Amino acid sequence: MNDIAISVENLAKQYKIGLANNRHDTLRDYVAGGLKALLRRKSVGSGTRVNRSAPSETFWALQDLTFKIKKGETVGFVGRNGAGKSTLLKILSRITEPTSGAAKIHGRVASLLEVGTGFHGELSGRENIYLNGAILGMQKREIERKFDEIVSFAEVEKFIDTPVKRYSSGMYLRLAFAVAAHLEPEILIVDEVLAVGDASFQKKCLNKMHTVGKEGRTVLFVSHNLSAVTSLCQRAIWLNQGQVITDGPSQQTVSEYLNSGLLMMGQQEWPDVAVAPGNDIVRVRSVRLRTEDGRTTDVVDIREPIAFEIEFDVLKPGHVLVPSIGLEKDDGFCVFVSHDRDSEWRRCARPAGYFTSTVHIPGNFLSEGRFVIGAGIITELPFKVHFDVNPAVAFQVIDSFDGDAARGDLVGQMPGVVRPLLKWSNRFMPGQLQSTVH
Amino acid sequence: MAKIQSSSLNIFPEPTVLIQPRKHLFDLDLAGIWVYRELLYFLVWRDLKVRYKQTLIGAGWVVIQPLMTMAIFTVIFGNFAQIPSDGLPYPIFSYAALLPWNLFSSSLSRGGESVVGNANLVTKIYFPRLILPLSGVLSPMADFAIAFVILIGMMIWFGITPTVGILMLPIFVLLAICTALAVGLWLAALNVRYRDVRYTIPFLIQIWMFASPVAYPVSMVPEKWRWLYSLNPMAGVIEGFRWALLGNQSPDFSVIAISATMVMALLAAGIVYFKQMERTFADEV
Repeated sequence: MNDIAISVENLAKQYKIGLANNRHDTLRDYVAGGLKALLRRKSVGSGTRVNRSAPSETFWALQDLTFKIKKGETVGFVGRNGAGKSTLLKILSRITEPTSGAAKIHGRVASLLEVGTGFHGELSGRENIYLNGAILGMQKREIERKFDEIVSFAEVEKFIDTPVKRYSSGMYLRLAFAVAAHLEPEILIVDEVLAVGDASFQKKCLNKMHTVGKEGRTVLFVSHNLSAVTSLCQRAIWLNQGQVITDGPSQQTVSEYLNSGLLMMGQQEWPDVAVAPGNDIVRVRSVRLRTEDGRTTDVVDIREPIAFEIEFDVLKPGHVLVPSIGLEKDDGFCVFVSHDRDSEWRRCARPAGYFTSTVHIPGNFLSEGRFVIGAGIITELPFKVHFDVNPAVAFQVIDSFDGDAARGDLVGQMPGVVRPLLKWSNRFMPGQLQSTVH
Repeated sequence: MAKIQSSSLNIFPEPTVLIQPRKHLFDLDLAGIWVYRELLYFLVWRDLKVRYKQTLIGAGWVVIQPLMTMAIFTVIFGNFAQIPSDGLPYPIFSYAALLPWNLFSSSLSRGGESVVGNANLVTKIYFPRLILPLSGVLSPMADFAIAFVILIGMMIWFGITPTVGILMLPIFVLLAICTALAVGLWLAALNVRYRDVRYTIPFLIQIWMFASPVAYPVSMVPEKWRWLYSLNPMAGVIEGFRWALLGNQSPDFSVIAISATMVMALLAAGIVYFKQMERTFADEV
């Protein structure tokens, strides 16, 4: 028993969808929210998003979760957005209460669900170290003892008495992380802190977490950065729809997760034409991302070509309609926009009926990471947008480490939004060294 | 929400925390506030640090605000409206009331805003949520202390010696703080769900001020309504202040005792209500 750090038994958490998704800040909003709910399309369930109007209902963010974590274990949690990872961390950090079940925690917990919680822009770096330290649960004496260490870790010595609102975002993050990094909890709970900051900041975070793990502390770690999960954690738990799908060695869990096709949002359907995006000329039926062999997916191997498909109904004949997509990185950076130039309907008015357009994206083109496709149908002359669904699908491109992708044998960060497999040519001339110029 | 149980054996020096749905209405875990007292201190400290940052005269505002209000009251109520002031100079008559009133009103509004105003903490970090209204209610104490020094200066200027009642002053301050906390707890919890509360607080404070003897003496209130009037705890506090410092007629302590009892009941109910509501703060705020 005494080697258990966390034991979770039948833990469940229920949310009211109306409560979780819109905030009824005022009574007027409440009324307006009710009207909006009639018009709004709502997300339900897994990889498929079925859009239809539905009354406010409850959903289980976590269901009947049971697992144990031993002292000194580093455990990663993976799963798509809304799988319940953050809810679980929030319950274990005592921020929100479970609906049923129980969790027992043995040891001092520090949770880092965000970097720099409680930082106040008007206060100086020095003042924020004390404030943030207290918020994270450090004693004043402890902060005093570690103060110099924190400052030098953050590399902000010169600006320590400057209000942090004048810090660059990099300095701000470093300082915030430095405070958190000097907590000495027995159990550390970390959610997606790696999602912010530049590469060197992320590296610093990862190194620190490596050290924390090696010191024999228990670490719970949520990240969409799957390579970080496999390199940091011995064990990983894959959650989907609030339930444990796989719990095992991190390599195994992550690869099962990757092969599941549940990672993001591979398709959306609008069974009810009345609420489907569009106008009286054209309305969308469904959008999906699929592999060349026709399987709907939201996880793509970097080498694999993919196809994005849009199904729509033309309700009123006689219009020139151009399907188009915009592909963005998950931070909103637009990678490209593409309009249908190939169909027989180019510059031709379409009759009423049901159409499918597919755009093919080659393999070895996008870099790894999360991408979003927004899809729409436009008329170019005169310009008119009939509908624009963004995000239509969201997917993750996974770089294989097999050595035959553009990455080669490199391990670690590789920048860029595209990662094409370019042709390199080489010549070798033995013995012809360039002579030194004197 | 969760209880800290210190384990009895020293094999596990660390505390064990049991997380489960709160089962009992009166499971208040007030000891947790003691464990987190340093955070309470830092939140009050932050409030004080930040309040007058990037202002020209900084903490000067602490002095200017009550003095300006006093000047306005003296001109409007004392001179134009000729409101009696129990034989005292009107400036000190009103200032002695503004002192506890400002403490109460800023405690109340800060307390009521405390949870929503710290939403970023509530959704990311665990600590006993009661710390938030507590820190909101306590931080105006610093302003009060400074404004009090001004009052002493004014008493010397007007040649007024306080009565032995001054020993009762901490009790009146405590009553003002408890009243602000009792009402503030309800408002803070309601504010999380209904932001209407945010817009109600200023009105509430305004109405409450006119229902308290800040600008006028209690003697102006018709005799037959006076018992009802005196149930307002702030009426007792303000009267108490004037009695203790300026040697006014002593307030009716039995009525103050009744209103103090009501405040304590409201406070106790407020704590229970707040604890009940705090379970969903992180999800709703």
